[in-house]
Amino acid sequence: MDYLAFFVTLKLALVTTVVLMVLAAPVAYFLAFYRFPGKSLAEALIYLPLALPPTVIGFYLIILMGPRGWVGGLWAKLTGGSLLFTFAGIVIASVIYSVPFAVQPMKAAFAKIDRRLLENAYILGLSRRAAFLRVVIPNSLAGITAAAVLVFLHSIGAFGVLLMVGGSIPGETKVASIAIYEAVEMMDYRQAGLIALSFIPVSYAFLLLINKLNREVDS
Amino acid sequence: MILSAFFKKRLKYYDLELSFSCPSGKTMVMIGPSGGGKTTVIRMLAGLETPDDGLLRFGEEIWFDSERRVNLKPQKRRLGYVFQDYNLFPHLDLYDNAAFAAVDKKEVDSLFEMFGISHLKKRKPHMVSGGERQRCAICQALARHPRVLLLDEPFSALDVVTRRGLREEIKKLKGRLSCPMIYVTHDINEALFLADEIVPLVEGKIDEGWMQRTISREPGQGVAARGAREPRLSLVY
Repeated sequence: MDYLAFFVTLKLALVTTVVLMVLAAPVAYFLAFYRFPGKSLAEALIYLPLALPPTVIGFYLIILMGPRGWVGGLWAKLTGGSLLFTFAGIVIASVIYSVPFAVQPMKAAFAKIDRRLLENAYILGLSRRAAFLRVVIPNSLAGITAAAVLVFLHSIGAFGVLLMVGGSIPGETKVASIAIYEAVEMMDYRQAGLIALSFIPVSYAFLLLINKLNREVDS
Repeated sequence: MILSAFFKKRLKYYDLELSFSCPSGKTMVMIGPSGGGKTTVIRMLAGLETPDDGLLRFGEEIWFDSERRVNLKPQKRRLGYVFQDYNLFPHLDLYDNAAFAAVDKKEVDSLFEMFGISHLKKRKPHMVSGGERQRCAICQALARHPRVLLLDEPFSALDVVTRRGLREEIKKLKGRLSCPMIYVTHDINEALFLADEIVPLVEGKIDEGWMQRTISREPGQGVAARGAREPRLSLVY
């Protein structure tokens, strides 16, 4: 079995989840609590990766992250290296690909918070940031965990975007889904089957966790 | 220190316009029918809503001045606000709720003792009764050493017996507090029992005749307060 691909996949899913939890939480808070001109446009933009074929996302990411793209150019200036075909590159791709799965559940969880709790927090002297950290986050843990699980699972399953941005470099960008694809191409069904099988208990356990969280939120 | 307010605000069905003041150590009860603007006034005092026009001062400190475009945030006003539906933080136990913004956490114990909820410190809000929750909410407000204490129909969701008990506790508390207390209710008995001054608010305006009209229309009203010192009706400037 290709343990290296399995390891890269888990590492990628973990890094993507951590990065997205940090980046998406303020975005979700802003969308849940504020009205501003162009809000629906901004929201549609955030959810766009859901509606686009992965290859389309991959194509635009290649343009952006290539040496002539502004993200790739900036990366080259800062590090002297290329972003395409690196682990950092597939992390960026995975983050963009999974943004909707982080923002949507967190936004829904934040929107459920009683505004009067926030008012009480302000009366008690908390700044908006402190109220977010001390009131909103602790009262949205089920939604935040659900978002993390969804992002993790979605990152594990990513294929097209990662293949386009990262290629298939063992130990660097070759994730399990690509390893399965390559094994099938080479008619090595045993190898493909082993890798595929290893994901079923992981994904099933995470889905059970989501169901449990959803029940907790509903109650 | 005197809290003095002048507010104008256009609401959906009427224009709210009133002025009042309340000195430290005194309790001003704002009373009137539902939808008369009482909660809007108390929210404007807290900084949770903004008047269209007005001036709000606490002593020499200006909290709101529409002309000078001053509007102190709720965080900076340092007041205590007891909400009608408690608004305790569900993820914290009663002790942590009360100590949430306490100036001195040691005081929380004595507040809990004073309100008879010491045995409930480790309970979450959903595990205790409405009266116990409201006692905790009062402790939370007091632990912050508020410069002004606002109570917005704090007992309206409680049963009659609990309500009477808490009313007594607030009466006792009055003697100890050195800050102005603004109390909103639609219960005339409660108003007569607690108030030093009463401001009847009807459709956004002070209506001094409202109490008399209501009592004569509903003779039962005001009975419980018989024998209590008659509060002065409305200190309006």
